Amino acid sequence: MAGKGIPKLAVWKFASCDGCQLSLLNCEEELLALSSAVHMAYFPEASRAMIKGPYDISLVEGSITTPHDAERIHQIRRSSAALISIGACATAGGIQALRNFADVREFTSLVYASPQFIETLGKSTPISDHVSVDFELRGCPISKNQLLEVLTAFLHRRKPAIPSYSVCIECKRKGVVCGLVAHGPPCLGPVTQAGCGALCPTYARGCYGCFGPKETPNTGSLTATWKESGMDDAELLRLFRSFTATAEPFRKESESHEIQNN
Amino acid sequence: MTYRLEANALDRLFKALGTKGYVIFGPTVRDSAVVYDRIESPNDLPAGWADQQTNGSYRLVKTDSPAYFDFTAPPQSWKRLLFPPSLHLFRSHRRNGTLEILEEEHETEPMAFLGVRPCDLRALAILDSVYLNGGASDSTYRQRREKTLIIAVNCTRAGGTCFCASMGTGPEAGAGFDLCLTELVSEHDHYFLVESGSAKGESCVSPLQAREATPQEQTSGREAIRTAAAAMGRSLQTQGLPELLAANLSHPRWDQIARRCLACANCTMVCPTCFCSTVEDSTDLSGAIASRTRLWDSCFTAEFSYIHGGSLRPTIKSRYRQWMTHKLSSWVAQFGSFGCVGCGRCITWCPVGIDLTEEARILRGQAAEHV
Ligand code: SF4
Ligand code: SF4
Ligand code: SF4
Ligand code: SF4
Repeated sequence: MAGKGIPKLAVWKFASCDGCQLSLLNCEEELLALSSAVHMAYFPEASRAMIKGPYDISLVEGSITTPHDAERIHQIRRSSAALISIGACATAGGIQALRNFADVREFTSLVYASPQFIETLGKSTPISDHVSVDFELRGCPISKNQLLEVLTAFLHRRKPAIPSYSVCIECKRKGVVCGLVAHGPPCLGPVTQAGCGALCPTYARGCYGCFGPKETPNTGSLTATWKESGMDDAELLRLFRSFTATAEPFRKESESHEIQNN
Repeated sequence: MTYRLEANALDRLFKALGTKGYVIFGPTVRDSAVVYDRIESPNDLPAGWADQQTNGSYRLVKTDSPAYFDFTAPPQSWKRLLFPPSLHLFRSHRRNGTLEILEEEHETEPMAFLGVRPCDLRALAILDSVYLNGGASDSTYRQRREKTLIIAVNCTRAGGTCFCASMGTGPEAGAGFDLCLTELVSEHDHYFLVESGSAKGESCVSPLQAREATPQEQTSGREAIRTAAAAMGRSLQTQGLPELLAANLSHPRWDQIARRCLACANCTMVCPTCFCSTVEDSTDLSGAIASRTRLWDSCFTAEFSYIHGGSLRPTIKSRYRQWMTHKLSSWVAQFGSFGCVGCGRCITWCPVGIDLTEEARILRGQAAEHV
């Protein structure tokens, strides 16, 4: 990597639940190897030692929701040789981006006793809306194995083996009987990017779309089929409004059901 | 010679296979479907269950028949046992400046495949032509295949998406089985007709203590298979099909299919003859250990055709067309047969119910039958 000696890693948090950075600490078996491969220079969740930048790799969790954060991300970019955004919040805006479909002032007036002290942006946006990002690792939360793969790839200057194809491919490789065809709960697997190892379909639940849209996602065909089998627009809208609701293809799909709803 | 084995003596077959050291794989009910898995006795078979299949839908229903083999093509084929979805090929270690390659050991026990449908039997022959092809044979496939005993079961009921009769692959088993069974159920009678197709198969017959089948019983067997042949859920006119598809690469129909197709790859994953794989390399954090894994791949992904500068098939249209023309056209030039055996899995397991027999019919300019 860029610097001399052992590469410096920093982990940053924006609007998020911390689940993705915890994946790093969850790398129990690999943690020792990780701590000898990188220097955890800035990781408040794990250590009080806070070593100044520049950093070789910055992992950024969370979305941008305040004017302060919109400034802070630029400083981080400037002090990082490589910036990797991790998780649905950082790569798509996260569940908090549901505010993008409504008026955030209404929410703050309902939630906070003194909303006038709340300084927040009207929209929750991914890191890549603000600065250039070297890699986006999807997931809500991210998969620990994919995180290790991306870190290893960056350390050794090779392309990370992170597929952009559907969850269905992982599901079929695993030998799961497709619930969508065999008993019918709606499953977003055919339009969602792989990475979770088909976690929900393995337990007979439809995919919720945590990893966001796969490459060439044909959401319209899937919802047209479900509409024919009796689902209504309100249900279809809700399916696409969850963890990655503002990822472009999913946003467009849910909005198309909103228009028809009125 | 054809034998008659009483249905209640089927456990003799399991015992004979067990004595010969085979691990038995066969149909059993799991997760609302009939799947191929390890089985130990006739009790594990899906007696009294039948599947209802149509495009994009599979339902298992209880029947009052005692038949063990009333199912048609299960969600996945035997492919995954011979050509595993994920396989570690090798690891390498870097030690003191030298590279050491450690090959993975892939020892397999002898396997008996019990309940191979005629379409799937033909699919195994197609996989053989791909993976046991002279100098380019695949070692793990060969190792597994050589240790596999095949017990086919003729179909006496066709499924809603079956079209083996069109492809000439069923519902009666062709060449390639070690044993072949036909299950016959009537009000007062339940038995199997048993034929052997190899010396390996023949050696399993005597422990069955089955008597020779009468000409009448053999006729009943043939009639039952004919019933299935007459009740195919789908059909495909294959005459001139390779040329027809090759001549219609710019047909407007491809755009219409592309609007429906999700490029999700389910069709290729479930197809018993789709054989594409990719290799993924990974390193450990230190960079001293690297490993290579082979994974099932699909022509429906963008990565599949990625070369320097981008994907050769960026559109869903180009991917569906590649798949269908390979199965029903260019496969013939490549391997001397169709790449489709008419099992209907790609139709049933497509989340939006795209039906290649229907698409072929439209490309031929004929009217739709199943809408
Ligand atoms: S269960 Fe969902 S993810 Fe799995 S194959 Fe079916 S549609 Fe795809
Ligand atoms: S396609 Fe033919 S051989 Fe295959 S399951 Fe259907 S009827 Fe049986
Ligand atoms: S193309 Fe479809 S019908 Fe033909 S063998 Fe493959 S899965 Fe079966
Ligand atoms: S034909 Fe069906 S199963 Fe195949 S990629 Fe398209 S939508 Fe998926």
